[in-house]
Amino acid sequence: MSSPTLSAAPTTPVSPAEKLTLTVIGLGLLALLPATFDADPWRAQLFFYVALGLVSAGTLVWAARTFGRRPAGVQQDNLWQRSSTGRGAVAWLTALVLTGFYVILYWFSSPDEHGNFGVLNNLVHALDPLSQVLRNRPADQWFLYGTFYTLAVLVMGGRALWKYRHSPYQRIRTVSVMFFQLGFAWLLPGLLLALQKPEYYFSYFWPLKYDYLFPGTVSYLLQDGGPGLGVFLIFWGVVMSFVGTPILTYFFGKRWYCSWVCGCGGLAETAGDPYRHLSDKSRGAWRWEVRLIYPILVLIVLVTALLWLGAAGVLPAWFTTARPSQFSLVTNLSPVDGLGKIYGFFIGSIFSGVIGVGFYPLLGNRVWCRFGCPMAAYLGLLQKHFSRFRISTNGAQCISCGNCSNVCEMGIDVKQYAQRGEPIIRASCVGCGMCSTACPRGVLNLENGPREGRYQASPLIHADSLRILS
Amino acid sequence: MQGGRPGGGSHSLMQLVIIGNGITGVSCAITARRLRPDAHITLVSDESPYHISRPALMYAYLGHLRAQDLKPYADWFWAENALELVHATAMRIAPAQRQVELSTGAVLSYDKLVVAAGSVSRFAAWPGQDLEGVQGLYSLPDLERMHRNTHGVQQAVVVGGGLIGIELAEMLHSRGVSVTMLVRDEHYWGSVLPPQEAALVQGQLDAHHIRVQYSTELTGILGDTQGRVRAVVASDEQEIPCQWVGLATGVTPNLALAQASGLETDRGILVDRYLQTSQPHIYAAGDCAQHREPVANEVAIEQLWYTGRNQGETIAHTVCGEPKPYQRGPWFNSAKFFQLEYQTYGRVPARALPTQEHSFCWQHPAGTALLRINFRADSTLAVTGMNALGLRQRHDTWDQWLRAATPVTEVLAALGAANFDPEFFRQHEPAIVQEFNRQFPQYPVALRRRKGLFSFM
Repeated sequence: MSSPTLSAAPTTPVSPAEKLTLTVIGLGLLALLPATFDADPWRAQLFFYVALGLVSAGTLVWAARTFGRRPAGVQQDNLWQRSSTGRGAVAWLTALVLTGFYVILYWFSSPDEHGNFGVLNNLVHALDPLSQVLRNRPADQWFLYGTFYTLAVLVMGGRALWKYRHSPYQRIRTVSVMFFQLGFAWLLPGLLLALQKPEYYFSYFWPLKYDYLFPGTVSYLLQDGGPGLGVFLIFWGVVMSFVGTPILTYFFGKRWYCSWVCGCGGLAETAGDPYRHLSDKSRGAWRWEVRLIYPILVLIVLVTALLWLGAAGVLPAWFTTARPSQFSLVTNLSPVDGLGKIYGFFIGSIFSGVIGVGFYPLLGNRVWCRFGCPMAAYLGLLQKHFSRFRISTNGAQCISCGNCSNVCEMGIDVKQYAQRGEPIIRASCVGCGMCSTACPRGVLNLENGPREGRYQASPLIHADSLRILS
Repeated sequence: MQGGRPGGGSHSLMQLVIIGNGITGVSCAITARRLRPDAHITLVSDESPYHISRPALMYAYLGHLRAQDLKPYADWFWAENALELVHATAMRIAPAQRQVELSTGAVLSYDKLVVAAGSVSRFAAWPGQDLEGVQGLYSLPDLERMHRNTHGVQQAVVVGGGLIGIELAEMLHSRGVSVTMLVRDEHYWGSVLPPQEAALVQGQLDAHHIRVQYSTELTGILGDTQGRVRAVVASDEQEIPCQWVGLATGVTPNLALAQASGLETDRGILVDRYLQTSQPHIYAAGDCAQHREPVANEVAIEQLWYTGRNQGETIAHTVCGEPKPYQRGPWFNSAKFFQLEYQTYGRVPARALPTQEHSFCWQHPAGTALLRINFRADSTLAVTGMNALGLRQRHDTWDQWLRAATPVTEVLAALGAANFDPEFFRQHEPAIVQEFNRQFPQYPVALRRRKGLFSFM
């Protein structure tokens, strides 16, 4: 397009108050250095909590000032022109730091025989008091990760509440993801540990939390959870995956999970909100989405089925016999267990963590949900073929402005449907409702209704039948 | 892709040439492609190589979108649907030869020609209007100019209190520019909005610190020694310092091509019910067309996104051998004033209702929402128009109510069916019906239908 001049950044003045809040956040980030490297554990611990306090308070005050002082409504000015949200230098730096954190966490922070968590050692031990209170045991690297994660959802959730305060739908939805992260994915699993029970996340289900229905996990839960709790945990997991999910998706669409309950979705909707517009809306990206997400669903179903068949002893011995391998990842594992291990490494760790979150500032906040999550694939199939959910378009009011497509974190080119007067029923839609919130003409609305005529376009617009994907 | 007769194939295939790739021309092209898969269709435009959404221009300036996001269709769309794009100015039509001369020197032959040349900004020949930093906002080049010329600007003046005027104010405000609006009317958009609606918009202007001087016109623009604007002079002889001036006093049909080619014009290119111009095989639609015989009480020139789309589709049927007179159906429009959404269905005059109509207006006590419904004062009580501010109303439902001349009492009883607000939003229907019963006790209404939370219709 022949308008390169529009991308030049305008100079947006930074007020003294904003500089002050940014300074507080900066000092908080700086305090993470002594928290990580100070040899004195007490001083390191002090710096750790000072860092968390400054970053959290600074972010909340910044959000309150930035969004709260302007009249309530859509606040997207200069979104694409800022270095942090427009794939500029700040975005690249942020992506590098996030990705690096995941690499360290996943592969360089396992405790050695002295209980030393590598470079994260100080940070992990700084959480020991909190972990003792909540879980009745010392912290580990996963508790550190879970605490950072929950804090990110809560603090950036506070930001989202300020930003979207004009929309009751966004307010309630944001509180929902904050509630489920704090309660179901942080407090409750911790309490279970304190009670000497297996750590269990009630808001994650197979096939996203794939190992919850692996035979190994099931027998462990039954054993460690005891006859009462263990059976309930297995029952909960099976019922939510195979009964609860279809029923809830039938009534409300995929959103009941992806943008209201799920922890991955929760992080995306809060910490990832500044990056939602970065998702690729092109037809090519849609093709990659289909190529990746359904094979991943098939793969995890296959792995789970093989594991159960192996556990039942109906597979030939070759499948279930452990053997050495030149690849250290799968050495001394049977082929079936090795497949599970490979899935966990490439999909569970690299895709969902390193790429899924690390690349927020470059590829958008839903890379994992869109291209990788097998739960999203399963929910999406239900949403497309077996649900009352749709996004209705309002007659012929669409002006093709593209604000809806822009804010779609799942990379749906929403305006292609809106400008034809067609309802939007896409497997990938997580129902975050941002298209409806951002639409300047009141064209889009998330609705649950009868399945008959769900795909019916408005009679007020003559939908062209020209294809948009093929 | 430039110039020449597209394809150069056999004469049985229709050659459709469309001048203008705005919503009108593109709607015509897409509809024609659907009706005639084998037609040669060429779109000629000098504004941008690809179709852009004109109402979205402001969002690129605001930084909500990038320039490439202004394209409603991806670039592959045109090639895959065999819609040829020519980036050139159409200079002259030769009706006898059925040819169009382009600025590139190329000549296009046509069987059917559609002129959808849009509008140009209308200026009143103010002294100083050609100074650097003075412009209107209509086209993509205008937007690029505005982007360049507002860099580092502290103060700006916007002339005109309509849709473009308030858009310009919002755009400038986003970059911290202090804005003064000069508005001829006594309140915002005086030709369209009743005073109560304008008061709500005023609330938005106040909240965003936009200074508005009503009943004030522009008399002149003053420049500095470099030929750049330094101030404007208003009709109250006040001099307002500024480094940029936006002229948003309306648009007028772009007649350059029509006049160069001998088409009959008045304010716009004159067209009949089939949108045909004074020449056979040449049609005109959208902003640039003027109906010779407009329907009673309707405007002769319709300059909306929606009417452009509708007219483009209508012409496509006619040129593809299914002649279709233009029928607009109930009027509708929408806008957004800073954070306040506006929808209108049917006709709601700005002032002095005809004696045969009643006007019911409900307003939220906090001034955040308003619903006005006009209806006939005779025994039919038929609804004639609706204005909504801060509320979303369902177009399909209102269209049916207006076409069926539904009594206002029935509309209000079923008002929940037209509620298009998102889930969990406060439902105002009970308050609206209560207010109606207070204003019109002679037509009692009981609310029959609220919007269900987890279902619709």
